[in-house]
Amino acid sequence: MSAFVSLRDVSHAYAGAGSALAVDGLSIDVAEGEFAAVVGPSGCGKSTLMKLATGLQFPQGGTVTVAGERVTHPVKIAGMAFQAPTLLPWRTTLDNLLLPLEIVEPYRSEMRRRKREFAARAETLLGSVGLSGQGGRFPWELSGGMQQRASLCRALIHEPKLLMLDEPFGALDAFTREELWGVIRDLHASRKITVILVTHDLREAVFLADRVFVMSARPGRVLVERHIELPRPRDLEVTFTTQFQDIVHELRAHIVKARQ
Amino acid sequence: MTMTRAQSQLLIKASPWLFTIGLVVFWEAVVRVFKIPTFFLPPPSLIAQAFAEFAGPIARNSWITLETTLIGFGLAVGFGLLLGLVVGWSRAIYAGLYPLMIGFNAIPKVALVPILVLWFGIGFIPAVLTAFLISFFPIVVNVATGLATIEPELEDVLKALGASKLDIMRKVGIPRTLPYFFGSLKVAITLAFVGSVISESVASNYGIGNLMLQAQAQFQVPLIFAGLVALAVEGIVMYALMAMLEKRMTRWAQRSGFGQN
Repeated sequence: MSAFVSLRDVSHAYAGAGSALAVDGLSIDVAEGEFAAVVGPSGCGKSTLMKLATGLQFPQGGTVTVAGERVTHPVKIAGMAFQAPTLLPWRTTLDNLLLPLEIVEPYRSEMRRRKREFAARAETLLGSVGLSGQGGRFPWELSGGMQQRASLCRALIHEPKLLMLDEPFGALDAFTREELWGVIRDLHASRKITVILVTHDLREAVFLADRVFVMSARPGRVLVERHIELPRPRDLEVTFTTQFQDIVHELRAHIVKARQ
Repeated sequence: MTMTRAQSQLLIKASPWLFTIGLVVFWEAVVRVFKIPTFFLPPPSLIAQAFAEFAGPIARNSWITLETTLIGFGLAVGFGLLLGLVVGWSRAIYAGLYPLMIGFNAIPKVALVPILVLWFGIGFIPAVLTAFLISFFPIVVNVATGLATIEPELEDVLKALGASKLDIMRKVGIPRTLPYFFGSLKVAITLAFVGSVISESVASNYGIGNLMLQAQAQFQVPLIFAGLVALAVEGIVMYALMAMLEKRMTRWAQRSGFGQN
C-alpha cells in the first residue's frame, strides 16, 4: 500500500519553536481513495493536521508528503470544507462554487473562455448533492444544511484528489447531519477521492471511514488506528447494529483514556 | 380605537415632519409667550425673515461651505480608502500604524487650524484640509476593519488553492469591505462639515462659518440662526445622499444581515 498522504514523525508548534507543541511524533498514512477519519479530545492538534496536509503550514520536524511529493507549498490538489460554510454573501451560490476555479490553474486562465462550461459543471455538482436549480440563489437564502452542501461543492469543483473536512457537520442538527453523511458517502464512492475527515463525532467517523485514527491530548500523536470493516455501501441502518455500536464504544474508551 | 396597519405606516412616514413642525411651533410660542428678547433667541418667523433678506449672501456662502466640505470629503475618501487598504493589508502595518492613528484622532482638529494657517494662509485651503483631516479617520478604520475580519477558514480555503494575498484581497477582502466603507461615508460627510465650518469661523473670509461670525460681530442674531439652519439643511441632504448610496451599493449586505452577528 503506497500512501497518498503521509505524515512521518511530524512535530509542529505555532508561533515558532520554543512554544508548546501542537503535535509531536505524529505519523499517519492514508492510501489513495481511502476515507480516513481523525478523532480525539479537543485541542489535540486535529486542525494542525489539516494545515500540515494541505501545505498551509510546514512542520518543524518530520516530513509531510502528498501524492509522492514533499509538501513545501500549498497543496493545490486539495479541497477543504469547515464547520462554517464561509460562502461569500455577495455571490450567488453558483458563483461561490466558481471561486476556486478563478484561483487555481489551469482553470484560472481559461475562466473567461470556458465560463459557461464551468457553470454547467457547477450546476451538475449542485445536482449531485441535492441542490438542483439552487445555483441562482444567494447563500443567505439557503438553510444551514444547504449552505454546507454548497460548501462541499466548492471544495470539489476543481476536482481535487484530496478532500479535507474539518468538522463539516458540527453546526447542523442531527437529522441534517445524517443526511449529509449520505451525501459525503456517495461523493466518496462515485469520485474515488481520498478523504480526511476531522471530527468529534464518533458515529460519524465510524459510519463514513475506512480507518479511524484516535489522537492523544496535546501534543497530538496517533494512539490507536482502527480499521472499520463494515461492508460498503453502508446504509444509515448500520448505525443501529451491535457491531457498529461496539466499534463506537471501543473508540470512546480510547478517547476517555486520552483525555486523562 | 386601534389603527389599521396602513394608518400606522402612514403615521410613521409623517412623523418626522410632524415633529419638525411641532418644534418650530413650540419655539415660536415659547419666544412669544415668555417675551424672550430676539437678540437672545429669535423666533423662527424672524429667522425666516433673515433668510429672505440675506438670501444672496446665505446662498453664496452655503455654496462655498458645501464646496469646501465636498473637496475635503473627496480627499478623505481617496486617502482613507488607500490608507485603509494599506493598514488592513498586513498585521504588522496595522499594529504599527494603529497607535499613531489613535493618537492623531485624539487631537481636536480645531487645534490644527493655526498650524494650517501658518502653512497655507487664511482662506480656502485650511478649511478644505480641516474637513479632510477630521473625516478621513472613520473611513480608514472601517476599511481596515473590513479587511482584517476576513474569516480565517475562508482564507485557508483560498490559500490552499495557491491564492496570493492579492487574489484574496480582490476576491474577498475588497468586496466584503464595501459595506463598512459605504457605512463610514455617512459619518465622514457629517464630520467634514464640522471641519470646514470650524476652519471658516476661525480663519477664513468666506463660507457659512465666516458669515455667522460676522453676523455675531454686528449683532444680527437672526442671521446667525439662519446660518445654522442653512448648515443643518446641507448636512441632512448630504447625509441622506450617503445613506442612499450605501443602500444602493451594498444591497446584499443589508438583506443577508452581514456584519450584524
